[in-house]
Amino acid sequence: MNNSSIPQSHGDVAPGDELAPADVPHAIGGYLLGLALATLLTCVSFYIAQSTLVWQPSIPIALSVLALAQMGVHLVFFLHITSGPDNVNNVMALAFGLLIVMLLVFGSLWIMTHLDHNVMPMERMMRMQR
Amino acid sequence: MSATAETFSGGVAGGGLALGSRGHAQALTEEPAHGPAKRIVVAYGFWIFLISDIILFSALFASYAVLTDATAGGPTGRDLFELPTVAIETACLLLSTVFCGFAGIGAQVRRNTLYYGSMTATFVLGATFVAIELHEFATLIAAGAGPGRSGFLSAFFALIGCHGLHVTAGLLWLLTMMAQVYAKGYRDDIRRRLLCFALFWHTLDIIWVALFSLVYLVGVAPR
Repeated sequence: MNNSSIPQSHGDVAPGDELAPADVPHAIGGYLLGLALATLLTCVSFYIAQSTLVWQPSIPIALSVLALAQMGVHLVFFLHITSGPDNVNNVMALAFGLLIVMLLVFGSLWIMTHLDHNVMPMERMMRMQR
Repeated sequence: MSATAETFSGGVAGGGLALGSRGHAQALTEEPAHGPAKRIVVAYGFWIFLISDIILFSALFASYAVLTDATAGGPTGRDLFELPTVAIETACLLLSTVFCGFAGIGAQVRRNTLYYGSMTATFVLGATFVAIELHEFATLIAAGAGPGRSGFLSAFFALIGCHGLHVTAGLLWLLTMMAQVYAKGYRDDIRRRLLCFALFWHTLDIIWVALFSLVYLVGVAPR
C-alpha cells in the first residue's frame, strides 16, 4: 500500500500540473505575460472611456471589444483553458455557456427595448380616454 | 449514493477492497486505473459549475442593462461612479489573480515560501478589494443612493454585490486552503481542491473585467 502523501502517478500530465522545478520560471513568466497584456488592455479601456479619442457613440462597442479581448487573455494565460489534454470538453462547455449568456443578455435587451411595439404608448391611451 | 460508492470503489486500484474509511480515503487520493486522470475530471466538473455561475451573473447583468436608464429622477452612473476607485479595485483583483497563479505553481513544486507567500498576497489584495467595495457601497447609501432609490441602483447593488459576495466566499476558501495545506501537506486531493480554488478565483476576475468595462466605464463614458 502506498502512502497517500506520495504522488502515485506521473503518466497523465495535465498542463500546469506535475511541474518540474526547472519549469517554474517559465510558468511564472506565462502569468507575467498575461498580467502585462491584461494591464495594457485595462489601461486602454480606462483611457478611451474618458478621452475624446474615439468617436463617442462607438465608445460602448469599443469597451465591449476590449473587455472580450481581456477575458480571452485571462482564459488563455490564467485559466489555461486552451492547453489541456481534454481541452475540447472545456472549450465546448464554455461555448455552450457563452450561447446561454448571449441569449440571456441580448434577448432581454431586445425584448425590453421593443416592449411597446404591441402595446399602445401611454400618452396615446391617455389622449383616447379624455 | 450507490453511484458514488461505485465511483469510489472503481477508483481503488486493487478493487475488492471493503469500502471502509481506509478504502474511501484511498479512493480520494489515488488516480483511477483507467480513464482520464481524476484531476482532469474534477477540473472539468468544477468548470461546469463556474459556467453556471457565469450564467447567473449574466442574468443579473441583463437586468442591469435593462434598468440602466430607470433612474426614477435619481442619480445616474455618471453622477455616482468614481473611476480612480474602480481603477484601484481592478488593480487589486488583477494582481491577486496573478498571485493565485503563483500559489498554484508553489503547490505543484511543493515550495512553501512561494505557496504561502503568494496565498497571503492573494488574500491581502482580495480583502483590499472587498474593503474598497464596502466603502463605496457605504458612501452611496449615505448619499441617499442606496438600492431602494431607483431600479438602476437596485440592479447595480445586486450585480456588484453578488460579485463582492463571491469574492468574500473566495477569501474564506483561500484561508481554508492555506490551513489544509498546512495541516495535511501537498496531498493529491488537497492540490485538486487548490486547482478548483484557482479556477474560481480566476473566473471572478474575468467577471470583474465585464463589470468594470460595461458597468463603470460605459456608465461614465460621454454619450
